[in-house]
Amino acid sequence: MSEFGSYSNIIYTEADSPARWLAFGEEFIEEHMPVGTRVIFPQPPIAGLANPEAAIRHAINHPENSDPLFALLKPGMKVTIAIDDVSVPLPPMVTPDVRQTMLEIVLGLMADFGVEDIHIIVATAFHRRMTGPEVRRMVGSKIFGEYWPKRLYNLDAEDPEQMTFLGTTEHGEDVEINRRAVESDLVVYLNVNLVPMDGGHKSVAVGLSGYRSLKAHHNPDAIRKSNSYMDPYASELHNSVNRQGEIVEKHCKIFRIETVLNNRMYPSQLDFFFKPEEQWTGLDRTKFQGMKYALSKLPRAARRKVLHSTPAPLELIGVYAGETVAAHKKTIERCFDQYAVKVEGQADILIVGIPHISPYNVYSILNPLLVQVMALGYIHNMYRGKPLLKKGGTLIITHPCYDEFHAEHHPSYIEFFNRLLPETRDAHTLQRRYEKEFAHNPNYIQMYRYGHAYHGVHPFYMWYWGENGRQHVGRVIAAGAESPHVPERLGWEWSPDLSTAIEMAKDSAPGSPEITHLHFPPMMICDVS
Amino acid sequence: MSHSASAPTTHSPSTKTDQQVAFYDVDGTLVKVNVVHSYAYYVLNHHSIRRKVSGFAKLLASIPAYVATDYYSRKVFNEWFYRNYEGFSEDRLIVVGQEIFEKIIRPSMFPGTIDLIKRSKDAGIKQVLVTGALDVVTRPLAEYLGVDDFGANRLEIVDGHATGRLVGPLLAGPNKSQWIRDYARMHDLNLDICWAYADSFSDLPMLSMVGRPCAVNPDFKLRAAARDFNWPVLSLGHQD
Repeated sequence: MSEFGSYSNIIYTEADSPARWLAFGEEFIEEHMPVGTRVIFPQPPIAGLANPEAAIRHAINHPENSDPLFALLKPGMKVTIAIDDVSVPLPPMVTPDVRQTMLEIVLGLMADFGVEDIHIIVATAFHRRMTGPEVRRMVGSKIFGEYWPKRLYNLDAEDPEQMTFLGTTEHGEDVEINRRAVESDLVVYLNVNLVPMDGGHKSVAVGLSGYRSLKAHHNPDAIRKSNSYMDPYASELHNSVNRQGEIVEKHCKIFRIETVLNNRMYPSQLDFFFKPEEQWTGLDRTKFQGMKYALSKLPRAARRKVLHSTPAPLELIGVYAGETVAAHKKTIERCFDQYAVKVEGQADILIVGIPHISPYNVYSILNPLLVQVMALGYIHNMYRGKPLLKKGGTLIITHPCYDEFHAEHHPSYIEFFNRLLPETRDAHTLQRRYEKEFAHNPNYIQMYRYGHAYHGVHPFYMWYWGENGRQHVGRVIAAGAESPHVPERLGWEWSPDLSTAIEMAKDSAPGSPEITHLHFPPMMICDVS
Repeated sequence: MSHSASAPTTHSPSTKTDQQVAFYDVDGTLVKVNVVHSYAYYVLNHHSIRRKVSGFAKLLASIPAYVATDYYSRKVFNEWFYRNYEGFSEDRLIVVGQEIFEKIIRPSMFPGTIDLIKRSKDAGIKQVLVTGALDVVTRPLAEYLGVDDFGANRLEIVDGHATGRLVGPLLAGPNKSQWIRDYARMHDLNLDICWAYADSFSDLPMLSMVGRPCAVNPDFKLRAAARDFNWPVLSLGHQD
């Protein structure tokens, strides 16, 4: 039994069942689910490894399908180390970040072997540039002071000098990645695997790439064919990325270190979030009510600040190193140890709370397009086998759906939401008419390269990311949305509260519908039979 | 290449083209310096010591007034400021303009200026500078940046010498928007698909003219306005 007690991942709601807490953006709400509602709970956090440093050293000395890292090092060689950006893990973890731990070990080893020509690149692809303080937090002050900004920097995928073209796959997918990596004798990728979608060939072939590579798989067709993109073995997105990765590996010697973290996203004072409400103590309820009340009394900006300033005590539960495919296979297995939940049967109505954070708004705003990608993208794709919701079923989300955007981080999202979506929501039409315009918009390129903006084309990717969900889900109802025009523009319906949304959903559901509440977060991936 | 503040005032209506044009303010937007810097360069590098001393003293004495006037009205500021050029020969103005560009403007260009204009040109957008600076200074800048056109102020020349007055209408503040409107009419442009870049709140009318306004290195008031209107805000200075 874990420290969080023993409980079933599936609980059916009875007349005397307690209210469930749901994420509601920067707040929490409590709602009673209808009797008979199936509530799916995530796995409790797997206990972290006792000695992460030793585990990392062991992995790089006993890699998968590769010589140990030390055997690949030679004095005077040119090395590029690439690391994941601020989009993982979620929320940002307590320091030292696992990337700092890996870097200290790898850089120490390289120093021992006389390797001095080292650049560290934050593999942002088209994500926003990380700020100096964010990078310092991620790598630690010592490495930051020694390497930033000349030898530790964000990728600039719009700098032609930084990028080089490697070729085209047999499927016609261009491969263009960072020049420094290609020209290095060795690339070491330090990965944080938040979800099974991440890691593997995606790290280099996507993380160090730009528009020419990304458009091969960041498109509506690849996402429609992905069933789901959280299952790398059933994902067209990954098939495409893997083909690109094979070309990359013809030009680069890559040694990767992949880490798997548990799902301990709340600090220990909030451990009750990992347990079903049935197991909450009186103290747990008092703490929850106190937190809920305090957040409700704060202005939204302050709530956001509080939540984004609370790091997650995530712990290392697995580390694998070596050749990309072999190491990543083990990573995926370990990932599913934490996330997989067995579920029998699909739902007619699925209820999910949308939290304040996604990979694309760390220290920022979960704007309407990101609410969309959380609902129809991430949450819809959190399955293996079959989607949790039946084809044509109704997804109910709880989120305020405010019309707010971070002007510095998401400038092109604003234009996408206000100019394009009123015209069409069809992903292919959007791609055909407007993707290139946004991708080559000189303002957005400047803001990506020299500000801290996601690339101009990024809102398209967010829309495409919801494409298989959009094709599958019949209706989406945003319960509690304060700005009805936001869900309407996304093609969704609106209701003032959850109970009204459930009644609306029943209108199009079969008699005695199967109602399921996915008790998210923390994250889980449903193995639906 | 156009180089006058005067624009055609009549043009028969016709179908608008789908040609996009980007209109750029210059001072503070594409380069760090402004007209005061340009004149300071001139007086400090004049061959006549007597005039150098008196010119510098005059400039120093007048800077607070210039700043105050600029705050009050860019139009009044320009009318007053350009009196400093009274008596310059036409040939001399061209040489001084080239020198000011080489010594002052080019080194003061923001790091992101050339990249912004290159990418805008690559996107098929026509490039036009709209500045309250003099044409003799703007022309070498326009040629250096490879822009298609520019609108700038011209000094009135009588008998080969500048009178210290500008040929009207003065190109500054709200008049820039009128110039853009006239330019659009002359070229059958649809301003809804055009772009404008400026740094100062005094350029708000110019930015409001087009469908794609953009605040560049904005002052406090323009930054606030840009936030209110959800306009992109660029920093061409590349500060982290």
